Amino acid sequence: MRNALGTVDTVLLLGGRSEIGLAIVERLVRDGARKVVLAARERPAESDGGPAERLRELGADVLAVDFDAARPETHAAVIDAAAEFAGDLDVIISAFGVLGDQARYDADPVAAAESVQVNLAGHVSAGLAAARRLREQRHGTLVVLSSVAGVRVRRANFVYGAAKAGLDGFAQGLGDALHDSGARVMIVRPGFVIGRMTAHLPRGPMPTTPGAVADAVVAGLREGRRVVWAPAALRLVWVVLRLLPRAVWRRLRR
Amino acid sequence: MTTDPPTRDARLSGWGRTAPTRARLAAPRDLADLAALVAKAPPRGLIARGLGRSYGDAAQNAGGVVVDCAALPPRWTLDERAGEVTATAGVSLHDLMRALVPRGWFVPVTPGTRYVTVGGAIAADVHGKNHHADCSFGAHVRSLTLVTADGRARVLGPGDPLFWATVGGMGLTGLIAEATFGLIPIETSRMRAETERTRDLDHTLELMTAADRSHRYTVAWIDLLATGARTGRGVITRGDHARRDDLPRGTPALDFAPGTRLAAPPYLPGGLLNRLTVRAFNELWYARAPRRRRATIQPIAPFFHPLDSVRDWNRIYGPRGFVQYQFVVPTGAEDTLRRVVARLAERGVVSFLTVLKRFGAGTPAPLSFPMPGWTLALDIPAGLPGLAALLRELDERVAAAGGRVYLAKDARLRADMLPAMYPRLDEWRKIRRGADPDGRFRSDLARRLDL
Repeated sequence: MRNALGTVDTVLLLGGRSEIGLAIVERLVRDGARKVVLAARERPAESDGGPAERLRELGADVLAVDFDAARPETHAAVIDAAAEFAGDLDVIISAFGVLGDQARYDADPVAAAESVQVNLAGHVSAGLAAARRLREQRHGTLVVLSSVAGVRVRRANFVYGAAKAGLDGFAQGLGDALHDSGARVMIVRPGFVIGRMTAHLPRGPMPTTPGAVADAVVAGLREGRRVVWAPAALRLVWVVLRLLPRAVWRRLRR
Repeated sequence: MTTDPPTRDARLSGWGRTAPTRARLAAPRDLADLAALVAKAPPRGLIARGLGRSYGDAAQNAGGVVVDCAALPPRWTLDERAGEVTATAGVSLHDLMRALVPRGWFVPVTPGTRYVTVGGAIAADVHGKNHHADCSFGAHVRSLTLVTADGRARVLGPGDPLFWATVGGMGLTGLIAEATFGLIPIETSRMRAETERTRDLDHTLELMTAADRSHRYTVAWIDLLATGARTGRGVITRGDHARRDDLPRGTPALDFAPGTRLAAPPYLPGGLLNRLTVRAFNELWYARAPRRRRATIQPIAPFFHPLDSVRDWNRIYGPRGFVQYQFVVPTGAEDTLRRVVARLAERGVVSFLTVLKRFGAGTPAPLSFPMPGWTLALDIPAGLPGLAALLRELDERVAAAGGRVYLAKDARLRADMLPAMYPRLDEWRKIRRGADPDGRFRSDLARRLDL
């Protein structure tokens, strides 16, 4: 249960190797979360001092489960396994995704479709399965890692951006569907995040880090926010960017 | 033909207005309805709720059923020969006092508000200003009717282990349907009260100990914003029920008419209670109290329930609500009390109602809060930065000293602290499992604390 001061007991991370996701979980555990489920495609070896071990050192009970975003038929079972281990799920973080490279997608339409399978369809099946559980509990928050890339899709990464735009819309609709259920959805829109996923890219404007995004998410959870931009100033930046004429927008390099 | 009790969807929180959750709120009409609700308990279980005065999540049950016991038809019968009353669980102490005081009887124990139900008073084993003399509410209960998980209405007395698991059991052993408890005979509806200022915490403790020997009711208000040599200064109130002779001839002795209630507006912004306003209030309150003890005659309501004159006073903390932190440390652990008070004062915790009380012996109930020692209760706005970590630090100190926090006030304790604070937790769990093997009685508090 989320307590009076916003501390939660249990967390499920879908995308158990996501840097942002793990940074959020680590903060929640430091604040008092006791049970964590890490759901990832390749389970990290138990012995190599991976994320599960780090979280255990911080005092959490950790369960690692197999999760493949591209196999929607397995998603409900992942949620059930997490609830079996942790009881009520106070926070579910949907953080999996692949960035990919637009030039490669231009050349390989199948790879492009597969990335959308993960970045959008995977979130739809996992998100709906999570929502069913939260609706039964009548409390809990689904945190959806969207991106500013989906706020207005850019030429430079429009396959990724289109999937995030779809995801953002899905998350908004799901949040509305859960209204009055006691459960809620929190949408996170980070800007350019310096990390493993973007290591090969030139740094974007107003860059942020997984830790800074996680700080914003944890503060947002405590305050019960519905949308979190990271950094917060991006909200205003994107008010302007959304208004740029198409002819200017098209010419943006990134 | 019987129909199911009416239910509706409700968003419920405790008195602190933090962490609300949603549940089906059922309005039972009689004992048969209570049994029907238990029989049809959903997978997420059910829990009784009275007037919602528990500060945290004790009477919430996300996704399950919450039984609104205050909806039960209020019935009570007074047995003057035995000096006891039998009341249905949803009867409030307010209603009982209105009926009983004019007849010369008073409830054995009243907390800081009259707006609690008999069922809630038992489930939280509430205490009052007379704990050192009269123990807690459960000590006065002679029998109670409990609808258990099997749908049976069992009549329990102090000889039954389930009786004591129900006293202080936070509603998790079943639905209390009615109870019989002893009353205090009174000659008047007034209190002979004395107030006096104290210089610092040691002075407060010394005067409290002395006052407990001579008065039935004692309590101290502490100015938590006073620091340095004045840390722990406060105002002590002692009192007893006034005798007929204490009143001027011709005054009606047993009238009881608590004044009409002011109401807090439905919306108030956060931040009204800040260091400035609370410091101003504390200075005023302290200065108002006499330097030397002074006796006054006052009605029951302002003596016991000053906050009841403002309806919905919990709204003054704004939309984010507040938490109440109440702990007890055993006699002999005064050093821990001193350190906690100093720590709160040093952190500048804005609590405008900080109350200190000395407890006497407790009841045999394994989950009951009081133990011989000192209890301190404070209200803190939930939005105070760093509050979670500060209270966790205090939990550790309190547990290390052999003390505990009060579950009826709690909204944020960690489950792993519970076994140290309540060493008889396993004994309680065993009795509860025996009466409710499938865990039909569930609350958000029970989930949060693995009760």
